[in-house]
Amino acid sequence: MDGNFSQKAVYWLMRLTTYFVVLVVGFIVFDIVRRGAGVINWEFLFAMPRRSGAAGGILPAIVGTLLLVVGSIVIAFPLGVAAAVYLSEYAHQGRFTRTVRMAIATLAGVPSIVFGLFGLGLFVIFLKLGCSIISGCATLACMILPIIIVSSEEALRAVPQSLREGSLALGATKWQTVWSNVLPYSIGGMLTGLILAIGRVAGETAPILLTVAAFYLPKLPHSIFDQVMALPYHLYVLVTQHPDIEAVRPKAYGTALVLLLLVLGVGLAAIILRINFRKKYKW
Amino acid sequence: MVIWKQNGASEPKIHVRNVDFYYGGTQALFDITMDVPARRVTALIGPSGCGKSTFLRTINRMNDIIDGVRLTGEILIDDLDIYGDGADVVKLRKKVGMVFQKSNPFPKSIFDNVAYGPRTHGVKNHKQLTEIVEKSLRQAALWDEVKDRLGKNAMDLSGGQQQRLCIARALAIEPDVLLMDEPASALDPKATSKIEDLIDQLCNDYTIVIVTHNMQQAARVSDLTAFFYEGRLIEIGQTEQIFTKPGRKETEDYITGRFG
Repeated sequence: MDGNFSQKAVYWLMRLTTYFVVLVVGFIVFDIVRRGAGVINWEFLFAMPRRSGAAGGILPAIVGTLLLVVGSIVIAFPLGVAAAVYLSEYAHQGRFTRTVRMAIATLAGVPSIVFGLFGLGLFVIFLKLGCSIISGCATLACMILPIIIVSSEEALRAVPQSLREGSLALGATKWQTVWSNVLPYSIGGMLTGLILAIGRVAGETAPILLTVAAFYLPKLPHSIFDQVMALPYHLYVLVTQHPDIEAVRPKAYGTALVLLLLVLGVGLAAIILRINFRKKYKW
Repeated sequence: MVIWKQNGASEPKIHVRNVDFYYGGTQALFDITMDVPARRVTALIGPSGCGKSTFLRTINRMNDIIDGVRLTGEILIDDLDIYGDGADVVKLRKKVGMVFQKSNPFPKSIFDNVAYGPRTHGVKNHKQLTEIVEKSLRQAALWDEVKDRLGKNAMDLSGGQQQRLCIARALAIEPDVLLMDEPASALDPKATSKIEDLIDQLCNDYTIVIVTHNMQQAARVSDLTAFFYEGRLIEIGQTEQIFTKPGRKETEDYITGRFG
């Protein structure tokens, strides 16, 4: 068998696989843009829905999703980073940290509907927070915690040990060292995990279904104890639950496009931030 | 062992008494006893794995950051037992600066690198920081090369400059003792000779302990030389004496290149 030929064949196979992935992504984006771009205008983005979403806009769903993203990140990011700092910088590496890491990996594999049920049980019913933004954010925060912990820990481990030693040798305490000579260099890497987390929060339906999302609520929330609409759930409702599904199909595509743009936009912002951090701290 | 007294110049700065050191169950240092004279250069030589770096890192307790290490015996600096009850590691490291084998500038500006120590110890006034930075960089013979680009990232400096920056950074906290762990091993001959000239200068004000693999370097820069072998201090004496008429056969074999 000609070794050169088989190498070429494998090379082309991998190349085609890559093209295929790009093709699938491209097709999804193209289809959503083609069918959804037509309905996007000022009214669609900034008006309340009317007639169960058949007319008007999707402002409450956009605001709801933004609130859920911001709220769950505000809860999960500091917690996750703190846990990662503890695991990577302070904890004695042994059976305890192995157990914790296993728990985190397991948590990452729990289906999102289970998080929804957990949130319903703990936040909505037991803590009496009701079906509210705060319950939804807390539930989503639990869901993304493992992503944030794992990526933050990786980012911390990427900082060379010599920088910690250099700081300690100057008489800095452990905390001073972590705060001013480890964390600043790892924020770039941590933002990568944050991007993934944002994508999940914005797109998940199951966890918010039971804890916060309103079927149809054409007004903006007044407090964190109100219910809100959210883009993915609104999309689900338009596609499967609406009395006149064919008529609202363009609205559904428009909603999908807005959701896509929102996730891409937030992700892009995080990428730009990350590049800036990388530029500032390179080694 | 009162060698420095013969030299007529210097009181001991560091007393090391019967130090044993363990990494977990493995003993790395055996019964080390020696005195390090003030404002002199003491070189630690010996083959790889002989414990000289481990010993160096006991002096500022850098080994503490490794899990499961244990030390018995005493190390006194200015008659204060640095492993005694209530000894403050932060204060110790402020007094005992360290320069590492591989230069480790922080990925910050040159200014922020040198100001890191003083800031950590509470100096906030910018004018005061500027003065400390300039003084330290001058002491490390780096000022003229970097004075126009203090805001530039330290990672853009050459290898030799980075190592002198690390020396300046260590000097900025005004230590009494400077520990150097093969500070020139990764540098070219020209950069090495700059570091050696610098050590010559610094020993007027600082007590320097330097680990080196390079025998010529030990002979050039040090007043005292201590030879380590398999975790034991075999011999310590004036550098000239160690290199011309060593008292122990192991020392002679090592210096003449028969092993190591």
